[in-house]
Formats: sequence, C-alpha cells, structure tokens
Amino acid sequence: MAPATSSTSSAITLNINGEKHHLPVDHRTTLLDALRERLDLTGTKKGCDQGQCGACTVLVDQRRAVSCLTLAVAAEGREITTIEGVAEGDELHPVQQAFLDLDGYQCGYCTPGQICSAIAVIEEHAAGRPSAVTEDLSPEAAPQPLTPEEIRERMSGNLCRCGAYVSIVRAVARAAEAHAETRTAGAKETTA
Amino acid sequence: MTTTTPGPSALRGAVGTAHTRIEGRDKVTGAARYAGEIPYPELAHGWLVLSTVARGRILDVETGPILAMPGVLTVLHHGNAPRLHTDYIGMLGVPPDPTSAVFQDDRVPFAGWPVALVVAETPEVAREAAEALVVTYEREPHDTELVAGHPGAYAADGHMPAETEKGDLEARLADSAFVVDEEYTTPEEQHSMMEPHAATARWDGGRLEVVDSNQGAGWVQSELATMFSLDASAVRVRSEHIGGGFGSKGLRAHQVSAVMAATALQRPVRVVLTRRQTFSLGGYRSPTAQRVRLGADPDGRLLALEHRSLNQTSTVYEFVEPSAGVARVMYDAEAHRTANHVVRLDVPSPTWMRAPGEAPGSFAVEVALDELAARAGLDPIDLRLRNEPEVGPVSGLPFSSRNLAACLHEGARRFGWADRDPRPGVRRDGRWLLGTGTAAASFGAGAAPSTALVTAEADGSFTVRITAADIGTGARTALTLIAADALETTPDRVRVRIGDSDFGPAMIAGGSMGTRSWAWAVTAAAADLRERLAMTTGIPPEGITVRSDTTEALGALAQKERHSYGAQFAEVAVDTATGEIRVRRMLGIFAAGRIVNPLTARNQLVGGMTWGISMALHEEAVRDRNTGGHYAPDLAGYHVATHADVPDIEADWVDDHDPDDPVGIKGVGEIGIVGAAAAVANAVHHATGVRHRHLPIRPDRVVAAAGSAGGAVDA
Repeated sequence: MAPATSSTSSAITLNINGEKHHLPVDHRTTLLDALRERLDLTGTKKGCDQGQCGACTVLVDQRRAVSCLTLAVAAEGREITTIEGVAEGDELHPVQQAFLDLDGYQCGYCTPGQICSAIAVIEEHAAGRPSAVTEDLSPEAAPQPLTPEEIRERMSGNLCRCGAYVSIVRAVARAAEAHAETRTAGAKETTA
Repeated sequence: MTTTTPGPSALRGAVGTAHTRIEGRDKVTGAARYAGEIPYPELAHGWLVLSTVARGRILDVETGPILAMPGVLTVLHHGNAPRLHTDYIGMLGVPPDPTSAVFQDDRVPFAGWPVALVVAETPEVAREAAEALVVTYEREPHDTELVAGHPGAYAADGHMPAETEKGDLEARLADSAFVVDEEYTTPEEQHSMMEPHAATARWDGGRLEVVDSNQGAGWVQSELATMFSLDASAVRVRSEHIGGGFGSKGLRAHQVSAVMAATALQRPVRVVLTRRQTFSLGGYRSPTAQRVRLGADPDGRLLALEHRSLNQTSTVYEFVEPSAGVARVMYDAEAHRTANHVVRLDVPSPTWMRAPGEAPGSFAVEVALDELAARAGLDPIDLRLRNEPEVGPVSGLPFSSRNLAACLHEGARRFGWADRDPRPGVRRDGRWLLGTGTAAASFGAGAAPSTALVTAEADGSFTVRITAADIGTGARTALTLIAADALETTPDRVRVRIGDSDFGPAMIAGGSMGTRSWAWAVTAAAADLRERLAMTTGIPPEGITVRSDTTEALGALAQKERHSYGAQFAEVAVDTATGEIRVRRMLGIFAAGRIVNPLTARNQLVGGMTWGISMALHEEAVRDRNTGGHYAPDLAGYHVATHADVPDIEADWVDDHDPDDPVGIKGVGEIGIVGAAAAVANAVHHATGVRHRHLPIRPDRVVAAAGSAGGAVDA
C-alpha cells in the first residue's frame, strides 16, 4: 500500500453518496479504480478505461462524468454520486424502476452508467440545455419535449452492446414523464 | 416480483407471461457483482503483456528490472511458466486455442499474442511494470491480409462438412433465364461485450477456485482441469453475472494466466483484460470473402445455387466461419453447391460470434436474392415464397416446423410492404433518398445434454441448481418460469441458482441452445421430483433432491431440420452527398418456437437486429498490413451502434410449434441478427439504386458510389 503522502501518493477525502471516505491513493489512481478497488463500490463499471463507452459514468456535482478519465485526487471536494447512491433507501429512483420494469438492459454491465447518465439527461433537459438535435435554439424558445430523438442523442455516450437501446430509451422517456409530472405538481404547489 | 402483464400467473402458467428479471434489482442498483468485483484478502493483480510483432520468436524477456520494482511480485513468461496439457478435445468438440494456453514456447504467431504476465500488489504497479517490460523479438515476415483466391486457402469442416454438391451447376446456370454472380465481403468484427474478460483464481484448501466471466462455468472448469492436469473435482468455476459474451467468453488467456500466477504465488490473483487486449485475445468474427451464383427460371424458381465463403484463421488454430452453411437449410435448387474455405494468416484466432456463419452468410445470400428479384422483375418476398423447400436442401430431412412463410406474410402486412414501389432511387424526403428492404433468416434450434438438480425444500419452496449462464439473455428468469410451471407452483416459490460448475455438467450459453438445453433438464428433474413428492408424506430438513440428465432423451430425438426463422424489414434514408445512412424503422417477425418470457425474448430479438444495423453500417476492425496489428483497437476506432443509430425497432413472433419437442423452445439469441444487415443493404439499394456488396456501408462508400457516373453504379 502506498504511504499516506509522498511524491507519488496522497491521503485524500472523497465525498461519495453523502459519505466521507478517507484513503491514501496513488496519484495515478482514477476515480473509477478508487471506487472499485479501494472502496468496494463496484456498481460503477469499467468497460474500456478510456472514456469511450460510458459504463463508468457517475455524477460529479450532479453532472455526469466518466470516472475512468477522472483522477481520484481531482475528485476531492466534489459531491460524487454513484449507482449505489441514487435510490432512496429501498425505494428505487424512478429511472432505476423504469429500467427494471421495461427491461432496459440485458447483461447489466452498462446499466449503472446508463442510469446515471439518464438521471443527468433528464435534469439537463429540464434545465433547458440543448442537444445537437434540439430544433429551436433561440433563447426565447419554449421548453421542448424530451423526445425519443433527444434521448437517443443525449444518451449516445453510453454504449450497450447487448443492443437494448430501444427499451432503454423507453425507460428514460417514462422516467422523464414522471419527473415532469412531479415538477409540474411541485410548481403548482408553490404557486398555490 | 413485478409482472408487466397483470394476472394470476399460477392459473395461466408462468411461461408466456412477461416477467421482469429476477436479478433486475441487483443490476439497476449496482449490487450485482461481476467477476472482477469480488474482493479477496491478499489479492494480487496480473497484467498481460502482448507481442508487438506479428510473427517471430521471443529472444529475451528482461525481467530483472521489473522484478526490482517495488510492489512487483512475479513475471511469468515462456521461460518459467508451467507446461500445460493441450492435446485434447474439449467439451464442445474442439481442441483448445493455443492463444489461451499461455507461455508455452517462444513463438509469436500474431500481433497481440500473450508473452508475459506481470503480477503486482496494485493494478497501478502491475500496469506500469507491464508497460516497462522489455521483450526482444526476432521478427519474421508476416501475411495478415485476407483476399479472395488466396493461394493458401483450403476446404475446412469445422462444425459441418466443408463442401456439399449436387447436380450440374454450370449446366443449370446456362439454362437459367436470370443469373446473379457476385462477390460479397464482410470485415473483421469484434464482440465488444461491455465487460472485458476477468477472472480471479485462488487455491482454497487444495481446491482451485476461479471466479470468472464466461458463457459456461462447467465448460471452463473442464478445460482448466484438463489443461492443468487436475482432477475435475479439484476445480470449481463460478460465473454469476456476465457482462455480455456473444461467443467470446470461453477459455481465454486471462483465466489460464491467473491460475498460473495464483499457483506460483499461493495467493489470489485477478487478471482483467484491457479493452485493447480483447481485440487480439477474445476472438473475433473473421472477415469473409464470399461468392454467390444464382440461376432461376422465368418464374424465379432457383435452378442453380452456389455459395462459396473464405475466412481467415490463425496459424495456430483452425476456426471456420461457416457462411456457406446458410443455403444448406434455406434454399434448394437442382444444382446446389456450397463450400467453406479458410486460409491461415498471421492473425489472432477468430471464434464464434453471434450467429457464426449465418450472420455474414445471410448477408451474401439475402442480398444476392434481392439482386435476383430485381433482375427477374419479381417482388423479393414472392421470390422467397416461390423457393420454399419441402425438405432440407442438403440433408433431405423433414423440417420439424418451418414457418418462414408465415413470418414473411405477417411482416409484409405489418410493414406495409404491399404499397411498395419497387423502382430504386425514386423517393425523396428533403436531402434524403428513402428505401425499404427485406431479407429472410434462419438459425439452428439445437439442444445439448445437460444435468439439473431440483430440490423440494422443507418450507415448501423449490431450489433449482444448474450450471447455466445468464449472459444477458434472461436465462435465469426464463428457467424460473419454466421450473414454476413444471413444478405447478408460482415463480416466487422457485429459486434458480446458476453459474457454478459444482452443479454438474450442462450446455453453455451459446448456439442459441442454452435455454432450450437447460429447460429440458429442469423440466425432467421437476417431473421426477413431483412423482417423488406424490409418494412422500413429509419433506426432511435437508429437502428432497432429484437430478436429471438429458443425454438419453436428446439421443432419442428424431433427426430433423430444426430451425428458427425470421423475416427482416428495414427502411433507410440515405444522403448521397454526405454518405450518411439512417435506419428509420425496422421490423422483424420471427418463428422461434415457444416464447418463454415475452419481455426478455423481445429484447433479445431487438438486440440481434440492432447488431444487424451495426454490422451493416458501422463495424469494421481494420488491420495495418505493415505492423500486422489493428488500427485503433478500441471503442473509438471500432464503432458499434449507439443510441442515436438505433430507431424504435419492433420485433414480434408468429405461433411456432415443434410437435415432438417436449420443451418447444427454439432459442432467440441469434436469429435476430441473421438477415438484418442484408435487409438494411437491400433498403439502401432501393433508396439509391446502388448495390453495396461490401460491409460496412461506410459514408465514403456511399459517396464514392454516388460520385460515379449517374450514381447507378454498384459499389
């Protein structure tokens, strides 16, 4: 094991799923390897280790990031959410539930990355961030629906070799609808 | 447990009702542990070092400086590795690929051949040391290029006879009113399953235990035991969750090198392939060079059919991609000749990949039929219906059930085929040219001997143990439904345990035979158990267990042509200025036996069709003639279809019963890719008028074809 602090290693604190973890890491250790090899958080998957497949997607300060291209030392002070942290206790996140109900996977290895990505996609879209297929990019454009085409475009950084894209897109759409209803209901409550 | 179709499953039977995956919650929460994710105290990490030359000999492995690096535990190579037993025929009837029997001599037969394993305390140190290891080679000239008519080509059997022939081909071609004589090529394709191969090996009280990601724990266990000259009972392989396989996950260099290192160090060792290493160590689908000759009478009935296919294999292992097998079961003609040839090159060993033979073979045959339909002025579906054989064209055996016509009719109806204008290149939508295409499909429905253990527990529940593998197929869930029906109980009373070689011999997840083979064994054991329970008054605390073995029952099954069938339909939009092709919709109708779980079966079929899009438009592993290695062997250089490439594909099925099969399952894992690339290619022809016979149909090929005189030239 590397010493706590040296020219090649450091003692760091990572904030993961609301919990603080203190650990010494080799400076070369990626966030992905810190999660999988050091913290026993193996839900985040290693598909390519090169930022090409999306299997290692986690949320860093609520935005998606490929943890294989993030050094563990650079993740200090950030709020990291992994697949292990998206459910509320026993209650699955709506995206997780939709993947389960609609069979949005096969082998399951890309699934944690797809789900983390989808959670961020729904937020990105709700926040009005456009994608390459968003038709109206004008600042005064009304909120546009999260169409299947939008989902496919925004999710394209997450490969699924089993070819479960069709059911993944349906699952994301269902979760997005539930999310929009919650937001609308929330907005009404606030107005009332 | 959630069912998407509500209803009391106990009354209507669990089989045939949509059921979400048993392990679904574990998969969506990250709780499902794959092979490289199970922690062990004192775990050491192995990193493979691969050859950088395509042919030659290892002169020196400079281990000294590497062993001096802090944290490095050992370096295994041909100079110090234990000798393995490799002269045997394995469970699947083939010898081991020497690529997996690592470090046995100083030869290097291809770029990316395993030459050493560095083992260290941490993955970071193992990687650094592996990259620092200096290996010197004596380099020899290499040949890595597959070309039609290669002088080294020879006829090779593989899993079927190399060549079949009846009738006078040349004479019947001369008699034909319409003739097609074309060459087709498909490129090297990589499995690219999301989880790279991973194994942890350790000795536990005199027993070797390997936690691995594979398509058959019993298969890998038997290979490891034989290779290391161990008693089979002294080896246990477990493979609980598998991040995709598609034919790639059998015995590979990672397990063998991990066992060597665990034995040398007497501590647990994990070896995980990097994505790049999977390109030379995980097998792949060979490129093919095919020639199809078809001759038909004025009504489109085939008089002559010839299909010849050439694939490459390595110099150390013969693997046949049996593309010419397609016509042996699909289309008959008075004169009928098929041939599979291979050529040995200085390339990695290819292997099974989703629908081996059928995927590339159906591309050539089904495009050739589309060409014949165009020349004969016939509708492509009519042409196929006119050529439905009565019996197996080569075997002469009856079909157990052949519902291709039903697939074609139902598919045509749902796709709106009747309204199709057959003229190519006449439909526009802005910058897009639009077209539709179809193709037929078949895939063998086999079963192999398996054993299963079924236990009636004292609490009234049941436990099924079988060395099955769920590589994403939904097998765990399917077997739960099958067991529930066979035991006349509900799925929630049945616990299915798989992926452990201790459960006894069973078929692998391969050849679309897994679920059928396992279901047979589970059904047989369940029937026995019910008989036993009928005669028993109480269940003892340890439960009552019965074991089944289907070897005899399978041997008694009548010889017939047993296959799944399908009809593929695709609509594409082609921009001939940019070369971009978009698949706008796709429909597949299949006759695939009894569908156990509609939810997961549909997903499998759609997944296969997605592979067809990917094969038609994206996938191509390119080899550099100078180095003999790949250009960019990674997921940026090797394109598989992603979300934006895949429309809302629809897959469905027609009723399909095999009267003399007790389980009635045909398998859905591979039929979905068969013919799918041809349907896309035929749609591209309908859109543009250009015939593409070489996959993938890359933008540059579309643009080059459009740039030729009038755009009506074949590419």
